Amino acid sequence: MTTMTTTTTPQQTVLEARGVTMRFGGLTAVRNVDLTVSTGEIVGLIGPNGAGKTTFFNCLTGLYHPTEGTVAYKGTTLPPKPHLVTKAGMARTFQNIRLFANMTVLENVLVGRHTRTKEGLWSALLRGPGFRKAEAASEERAMELLKFTGLDHKRDHLARSLPYGEQRKLEIARALASEPGLLLLDEPTAGMNPQETRATEELVFAIRDKGIAVLVIEHDMRFIFNLCDRVAVLVQGEKLVEGTSDVVQGDERVVAAYLGTPFEGAPEDTALAEVQAAESHAAEDGTAGTAEAAEEGDAAQGDDDK
Amino acid sequence: MTNTETTPVVPLPANTARHLTTAGALITIASTFLSWTWTSAFPGDLTVYGYPAGLQIITLVTAALTLLLALTGYKSGALARLNPSRSNNPTALAALGTFGVVWFTAIAIAVDLGGLVNLDPGGYIAAVGALITATGALGLPLHRNTRDSLHTPDWAERPALAPVHRALHTLRLAKPPQARPTSTPEPWIDRLTITVGIALGLVVFTYGIGTDDNASETFIGYLIAITLTAIALHHSGALDRFTNATTRHKALSAVLAFVAAALFPFTQSNDHNANLGVNILIFATVALGLNIVVGLTGLLDLGYVAFLGVGAYAAALVSGSEFSRFSGVQFPFWAAALTGMAASLVFGVLIGAPTLRLRGDYLAIVTLGFGEIFRLAVNNMDGTSGPNLTNGPNGISRIPDLKVFGFNLGDAHTFGSFTLGRFANYFFLMLLFTAIVVLVFTRASNSRIGRSWIAIREDETAATAMGINGFRVKLIAFALGASLAGLSGTVMAHVNYSVNPQPYMFAGAAPPNSAFLLAAVVLGGMGTVSGPLLGASLLYLIPEKLQFLKNYELLAFGLALVLLMRFRPEGIIANRRRQLEFHDTGQLDIPEQQSLPDSTTGAATAPDATKAGA
Ligand SMILES: Nc1ncnc2c1ncn2[C@@H]1O[C@H](COP(=O)(O)OP(=O)(O)OP(=O)(O)O)[C@@H](O)[C@H]1O
Ligand SMILES: [Mg+2]
Repeated sequence: MTTMTTTTTPQQTVLEARGVTMRFGGLTAVRNVDLTVSTGEIVGLIGPNGAGKTTFFNCLTGLYHPTEGTVAYKGTTLPPKPHLVTKAGMARTFQNIRLFANMTVLENVLVGRHTRTKEGLWSALLRGPGFRKAEAASEERAMELLKFTGLDHKRDHLARSLPYGEQRKLEIARALASEPGLLLLDEPTAGMNPQETRATEELVFAIRDKGIAVLVIEHDMRFIFNLCDRVAVLVQGEKLVEGTSDVVQGDERVVAAYLGTPFEGAPEDTALAEVQAAESHAAEDGTAGTAEAAEEGDAAQGDDDK
Repeated sequence: MTNTETTPVVPLPANTARHLTTAGALITIASTFLSWTWTSAFPGDLTVYGYPAGLQIITLVTAALTLLLALTGYKSGALARLNPSRSNNPTALAALGTFGVVWFTAIAIAVDLGGLVNLDPGGYIAAVGALITATGALGLPLHRNTRDSLHTPDWAERPALAPVHRALHTLRLAKPPQARPTSTPEPWIDRLTITVGIALGLVVFTYGIGTDDNASETFIGYLIAITLTAIALHHSGALDRFTNATTRHKALSAVLAFVAAALFPFTQSNDHNANLGVNILIFATVALGLNIVVGLTGLLDLGYVAFLGVGAYAAALVSGSEFSRFSGVQFPFWAAALTGMAASLVFGVLIGAPTLRLRGDYLAIVTLGFGEIFRLAVNNMDGTSGPNLTNGPNGISRIPDLKVFGFNLGDAHTFGSFTLGRFANYFFLMLLFTAIVVLVFTRASNSRIGRSWIAIREDETAATAMGINGFRVKLIAFALGASLAGLSGTVMAHVNYSVNPQPYMFAGAAPPNSAFLLAAVVLGGMGTVSGPLLGASLLYLIPEKLQFLKNYELLAFGLALVLLMRFRPEGIIANRRRQLEFHDTGQLDIPEQQSLPDSTTGAATAPDATKAGA
């Protein structure tokens, strides 16, 4: 497996995933993927539909228990429990927006503060000065984040009543509320128009400038190549290439994977070679995914993929 | 707003309609001072000239309200407060309420006593007056849904059922648009509104509880009247004003509500009604505890009544009753209350710890099972089929009365001209516990832990991804709910003199049982404080007052739930959140916001894209 690590990394490693593999029955959605992210970096994760990007995210954040492999945050191996991952310092957004629809914008962000506050039931019932101070501090911090994402004027709206672009922003604000060292964004611009996409780009840069590393999945290539210091390409669950935007853009295998043209030594072939007939439908899925991507072509940037 | 129109139901000139409404209401009012029937055999004794009684009082009140609302239509300024919307809908609804009560009474007299002969001229006058006022009010320009805007469900397309659907929608009344208040009213106006509202609530509730248990007719009239009056006030915007005032002055409203509740025993000369009162309070408090589990955290608990039972049995065992296994032991009440809570807490954790790792329906099934296991176990722990603990089906009886600070709750006490009987004493004790549970509910829900409960209810996966330990937080909710039920159970054991396994089942004809508790929460409004209290009061009173339903009670109960879920799925008192969830009317109390120009296209495609996501 070719890996071209080009970034000079004097900084600390934030995320280190080693040999992450995820199997669903006969289907191997993620196969032996390594990935590191260092402080101050924006790393992109691209790949055709069904490549396993979201599954990989789920493995990183503990929503799935990886079949093999480990995920370490700043040197400590993370248990596959989502709440512990968030507590350790990795927060995420979802491809299909998962806000708390019937809570207000402010409450959504306050829920994000959960791991950084510790007032339990008793202090809520007794309402001592400590509780009030903690609530006030949480609210202040949440309002800062809403200002940062440009949602402060909507604090008392229900999340479900926000326009789509703002829902995506709110998800980012909610994730930031847990004071992460690494933010995982799953298709943050899906369904956005070009202006919104540009605004999101600015937002991601601003997040990086706060000292938070970002790992972002996206189908919008212009967005990815503008933004990322490094890009990893996932095809059929395997990491095909990793490198700077230029390296990845110039790599013929990436183009081939997106266009669906088979080539010498493609992971598809290896997969077919080693996997039995029982898995053949999985490979079909993969081909269907790539064909779809080919239809959309490079111009299909910024649209939701399904 | 193209979905609504302002048209009369009955084609009449607007002025004629208004005069008819007013005249009809006046005739009806006058008729309540006449005799409606010749014999006092009809409940409430409607034979007396000069002052109204029973159903006549209810008629008088609704007709007077109709009159006042009709008068607001003559551009008289002083009454505007009653009808901030300036619409005719409230008038029409009040008039329909009057009509409903009067005609129900007339028909009931004819049916009960065997024929129209039994109606006195007063009864005929009332019926004619009510008909005139209702016809007149329906001739006023009303705010209605247009015919096209109403959704036609599949069943209504069948020829046989289409008339039913049309009949259900003849009125098509829509809530009139409410003018946004330009400024928040003076605080004293708010306080006055709250005081008047709560005082009226006390009067209405007291009247309902005071109706004769054998006079189902009076209670049905009462239900017709309060339902239509409530809808009328809702359409007029007066209820909104009241709720807005209470949200601005939460503490004051809570205090006044408890003062009003505490005044209740003083309005009752009869200890039987105080007994009803204390049982309603117990039922309502347990429902509020269940609301933490179901309404806030979204855990469907179908065996909740078992925790009430655990508390009651625990208190009975340490009460010093001679039938208790530990008959020598008599805890002081505070210790007994803590024992009950602790026992329920332990059971809550024991049931919750293995099951709360499951999601969704599994929990419902396991709790349902636990509820039944509790009842069966208690039934069998009599020393023959099981260990000797609960005295089997006979239960533990002769539970001695409580002494609190040397004050025996079993004795009647006299304060000035008021005598407070045994049940009134327990009413005060239980009211204290209700206050505690209300405080626990509001404080917990509005905090870090409460937000995490709601987050779990909304989306458990996202909640855990935001760092919430789902299992832990759910267990806290479950255990808290259980211990609050246990607390109420300790009082219940003493109020009822005895405990036995019979009431602690999943579904039964009388409260408390798990199905009724759940219904009280859903009917009243999930996630609110006042919802379950109101829902529980209604669900307790209705079976109590409508004795003739006895055999059909569960049927009626099921029908009522189906209708409720069809027409008002968010419950009587809607949480602002749930109101928005079920009726997508946009924000209720937040000024319209211009959405940013660059986010409009995204918004248009949003719903499809969200659903399609992986
Ligand atoms: N819980 C699951 N059970 C079984 N198969 C799954 C599960 N989750 C994902 N998969 C499969 O794993 C493969 C990878 O899916 P994944 O959602 O990770 O793709 P993706 O790269 O995020 O695609 P997209 O760009 O469309 O979001 C797909 O074939 C999918 O069907
Ligand atoms: Mg995905």
